[in-house]
Amino acid sequence: MLDARDRQLLERMQIGLPVCPRPYAEIGHFLAMSEAEVLERLTHLKQQGLIKRMGVIVKHHQLGYRANAMIVWNVPDTLIKQLGARISQFTFVTLCYQRPPHSQWPYNLYCMIHGKNKATVLAQLDQLNTDCNLGEFNQEVLFSRRCFKQRGALYSSNTDVSREDHG
Amino acid sequence: MLKPLHKHLLNDFQRDFPLCSRPYQDIAHQLGVSEEDVLLALTELNNNNFISRIGLIIPPNQLGVSTLVAMAIPEYDLESVAVKISAYSEVNHNYEREHTFNLWFVAVANNTEHLQAVLEHIEQDTGYKTMSVPLLDDFFIDLGFQLDLQNA
Repeated sequence: MLDARDRQLLERMQIGLPVCPRPYAEIGHFLAMSEAEVLERLTHLKQQGLIKRMGVIVKHHQLGYRANAMIVWNVPDTLIKQLGARISQFTFVTLCYQRPPHSQWPYNLYCMIHGKNKATVLAQLDQLNTDCNLGEFNQEVLFSRRCFKQRGALYSSNTDVSREDHG
Repeated sequence: MLKPLHKHLLNDFQRDFPLCSRPYQDIAHQLGVSEEDVLLALTELNNNNFISRIGLIIPPNQLGVSTLVAMAIPEYDLESVAVKISAYSEVNHNYEREHTFNLWFVAVANNTEHLQAVLEHIEQDTGYKTMSVPLLDDFFIDLGFQLDLQNA
């Protein structure tokens, strides 16, 4: 499990690895940790599955993937794990979650598709519906319009409700 | 126009980033260029906003608690509400989507009480209801995303 030092390290890594010759030493410098300790902890966290992926985090939109759709289905709870696992196999899918339904919102299975345009995304959705037998379930496609804010998850030890000062 | 080095950096190092003292030198060796070339190319990708960072994807709810929140805001009020919500440090990924539920954002906090307080604060602040759909199960194994950069 995560100890306090792991948490500090993961929080610091949310900002990103510096682009300089000894980036792990630099990260360590802020946390009073040696480069070796940073590397050891990150390696261990990765082995434990507490880091899903480490590497370049690309901006889809700027790289020509202009269409981003969140697709939601209302599927029986008994099928959800199996369907989620199948949906996750498709290379064009970038997230796949189970979430609870609400009175005005009956959906429980979510996935995200990033594509170059809407037509591509809709064709990929057709493929998902066909290959995973999802066509019979209620579903909606929510394309994104404006992005008001996008950044990695930030966690801070501050527990007050706070707002950022954008100057 | 992206150079071949940029394209390699974008597609080939989204996962298993080298965990060693000089990772950029390691990458440079793999690509047959100098460490300086790699540092420069990554700085260019950063400056052009093609990458958000070299970083980590952590399984949801490992470091804190998070939830996806939807709101239905009349068009005339959407922008001002969205700006208010984006100003919360607990909020990331705030998007307009094509639906009656037209504003979708992720809120993260250290614990569920704090998360709840943020949502209540937002409701008071904006005058609109929030619908919170926290994650129950994550099916996705993140291997990165293979970009088609042929014409990029």
